Amino acid sequence: MHRKTLRELADGLRAKAFSSVELTQAFLDRIQAHDERINSFITVTAEPALEAARAADARRAAGEDGPLLGLPFAHKDIFCTEGVKTSCGSRMLDNFIAPYDATVTAKLKAAGAVMLGKTNMDEFAMGSSNETSYYGPVRNPWDLDTVPGGSSGGSAAAVAARLAPAATGTDTGGSIRQPAALCGLTGLKPTYGAVSRYGMIAFASSLDQAGPMTQSAEDAALMLGVMAGFDPRDSTSVERPLEDYCAGLGNALQGLRIGLPREYFGEGLDGTVAKVIETAIGEYRKLGAEVVDISLPNSHLAVPAYYVVAPAECSSNLSRFDGVRFGHRCENPHDLQDLYVRSRGEGFGAEVKRRIMIGTYALSSGYYDAYYLKAQQVRRLIREDFLKAFEQVDVIMGPTAPGTAFRLGEKSDPVSMYLSDIYTIATNLAGLPGMSIPAGFVNGLPVGLQLIGNYFAEGRLLNAAHQYQQVTDWHRRLPGGF
Amino acid sequence: MEWETVIGLEIHTQLATRSKIFSGAATRYGAAPNTQACAVDLGLPGVLPVLNAEAVRMAVKFGLATGCTIAPMSVFARKNYFYPDLPKGYQISQFELPIVHGGHIDILLEDGKSKRVGLTRAHLEEDAGKSLHEDFHGMTGIDLNRAGTPLLEIVSEPDMRSAAEAVAYMKKVHSLVRYLEICDGNMQEGSFRCDANVSVRPRGQSEFGTRTELKNINSFRFVERAINFEVERQIDVLEGGGKVIQETRLFDPDKNETRPMRSKEEANDYRYFPDPDLLPVELDAAFIETVRGTLPELPDAKQQRFMADYELSAYDAGALTASRELADYFEEAARVGGDGKLAANWVTGELAGLLNREGLEITASPVSATSLGGLLLRIRDNTLSGKLAKQVFEDMCSGAGEADAIIEQKGLKQITDTGAIEKIIQDVLDASPKQIEQYRAGQEKLFGYFVGQVMKATQGKANPAQVNELLKKRLAGD
Repeated sequence: MHRKTLRELADGLRAKAFSSVELTQAFLDRIQAHDERINSFITVTAEPALEAARAADARRAAGEDGPLLGLPFAHKDIFCTEGVKTSCGSRMLDNFIAPYDATVTAKLKAAGAVMLGKTNMDEFAMGSSNETSYYGPVRNPWDLDTVPGGSSGGSAAAVAARLAPAATGTDTGGSIRQPAALCGLTGLKPTYGAVSRYGMIAFASSLDQAGPMTQSAEDAALMLGVMAGFDPRDSTSVERPLEDYCAGLGNALQGLRIGLPREYFGEGLDGTVAKVIETAIGEYRKLGAEVVDISLPNSHLAVPAYYVVAPAECSSNLSRFDGVRFGHRCENPHDLQDLYVRSRGEGFGAEVKRRIMIGTYALSSGYYDAYYLKAQQVRRLIREDFLKAFEQVDVIMGPTAPGTAFRLGEKSDPVSMYLSDIYTIATNLAGLPGMSIPAGFVNGLPVGLQLIGNYFAEGRLLNAAHQYQQVTDWHRRLPGGF
Repeated sequence: MEWETVIGLEIHTQLATRSKIFSGAATRYGAAPNTQACAVDLGLPGVLPVLNAEAVRMAVKFGLATGCTIAPMSVFARKNYFYPDLPKGYQISQFELPIVHGGHIDILLEDGKSKRVGLTRAHLEEDAGKSLHEDFHGMTGIDLNRAGTPLLEIVSEPDMRSAAEAVAYMKKVHSLVRYLEICDGNMQEGSFRCDANVSVRPRGQSEFGTRTELKNINSFRFVERAINFEVERQIDVLEGGGKVIQETRLFDPDKNETRPMRSKEEANDYRYFPDPDLLPVELDAAFIETVRGTLPELPDAKQQRFMADYELSAYDAGALTASRELADYFEEAARVGGDGKLAANWVTGELAGLLNREGLEITASPVSATSLGGLLLRIRDNTLSGKLAKQVFEDMCSGAGEADAIIEQKGLKQITDTGAIEKIIQDVLDASPKQIEQYRAGQEKLFGYFVGQVMKATQGKANPAQVNELLKKRLAGD
């Protein structure tokens, strides 16, 4: 059962080949059997999952159907889930039971999706290797000595090991796409504003987006159809007609114009990864696509701009974790200052503290113009680069990450870690949709191909990804031992 | 040396929306602690603010009423600081781009002249919660009911030159926000609060002196006292050869002094930046015109109209338009009574005296405007003399009913029948031969004696004008 995609499992439920309870139990058993090795879950909600599965079976028995009815999922532990611990990978929220559901998880719940549990992640989504989690690192099922990427590393590893058929993730600078690439999955970061951020614990509000992490583009389309849509509780969500992302999956790619930004194939890209990407582009040519060389001249400014904007926003977003109303509070504070200093000092890990300090500095009076304002100007330049490119091409392609999964502890220097998101960050700064799909392997480790589209062009990205997946089988391969 | 005082005020008005500025929780005052705070107000992880359109409408209303420019685009910013009653660790406010800016408010000075006070800006922001330091034995309780209540912070230019001007300005703003129905103006409940920036400089000098910011002055009386204290303190410092330090000072109404806030409470670097959770507020001309259509007649326009329509003095018209309720009361009394001047005299005279004595607001007046109008009618048709009218008014105040009923019941109707008055005059003259002799011998002040006797004989009910006229005729003729 665990070798099936969401689409295949949904068909199985419809054909009564198995029930949602059987399906859910099968994945709970797999978690029980395998997660000790990869540490992808922070919380497993076995009992509520089975209860939800029974409810889904009852709905189906009553004649109801739906694309996700009765299918099990794992949720990144960044989404508030009512009555369930929502830790965001931090000691700060180790004791936090969310009193409400995030819009994303509420929508999935309403569609009859079954939550298996909450997945491990970099603390407050700050990291690219899942090593900053308070709950310990996650291991990549393709090689247990390597990282799964981050920050949605738990979701990526869980789906890669088929401990869940699909999972939710969030992406602020590459946190869906980079782990999807490193774990051989299909991951989609939608256009900023396509999916509600309500109930998703904020890292950098102007960059955060939730999206699906799946085995295939078709599964991503199914999930996104439920996750996306305007939410009156999120002022930055965009009011537009709902889309059937599956409708265009079968369209031929004849005449599709693919742009290859030369800046994404330069220094810093692993040569073997570059080869895999070139081969994948070759497949697209065979599918009838036209390939155009393009330039995104301000690409080199993306990482520096991001490491001003994201920490600035996080320094403010994380101020609410003060030990007063919820979360970690130090023992016996002797005054207010002590309460703040020790609660936050004990509750946050090193990377989170580093970013709070960078962000606080960048917003400080006297530095604001030189850092925050300048970074916002760079953001506009990057956005303009993309808009210009999209006058020539339909989809931009390139590597998702500069290399394959690296070894745990390998990137101890923060800057080298930050550079693992060098190709993904620009799309967040511009608010564009981006996707990573499996495109091959280097030394047994997956390589991701990144697809970037224009605003709200998720349908086109999914179509391009799906067509590629009709002629390749990288996305159907499983790591040994799972 | 002669010193000049320079004052600018920052007034925080709580907007009278039903729900909070960024959440759906109610804003009712006085609820049990933390019963009006939802997930958004508590700053739970993952929650997001959604702007209350009504708060925007109210801010625009204020801007239009004060000649401000309404910003086509304004931006919410985060003001970052830690405090236990500030749930998110930042306050959502407006910084670089406020919703309205650049208007003015005209105040009437004691010498009868009008003065224009410039408005720098007015911006929308959320209120914080309250820290409760009592009843918790060395700990602090946090009540977040107030957190997220919409505020309009109205910032004036440093245009005021005395505490009295500051009070006049504050009263005018208070009156205006109530006219506009955007704030209940309740100062006890903190719906209308004020900080004052105060400095002094040698008269004739154009640069401003170093200012201090006075906080916690929440009544008209305290504003005056706090500013006067602070001005004297600054002059003492300067004349003693010292320098005024720019600082925030707290007014203590019990000790009647200002003192510096501890440095910990002082403002530091708020690290303002645009709130990425909220879109810029974009207002088009159509929206602004719609709001303009909802503006009531404003105090200044009403005052002008009262002067023109009712032939009132600027002073009376100003007094009657100080609040919308008072103006409405006056207009109803004038309409029913059919005489604006008479109504104005009664409202600013007898009625104001009564309300003042009883400590009542006009809305709680024991005599309704319609009832007062009924009384005025009886004055105008000579049913009542001025003296009788006051008597009737007092009965009305103690709940004896309408003027007509009291007149009927007590038989207070004025005697205006010439024949009847002449008969009484005859009786009085018949009983006073000696006084007639003296009067005719030149003691003209005895005329008052005859009037008094006639009034006494009629228990004050004779029409005084008629009595005068008839008496004169009789005394001259015989």
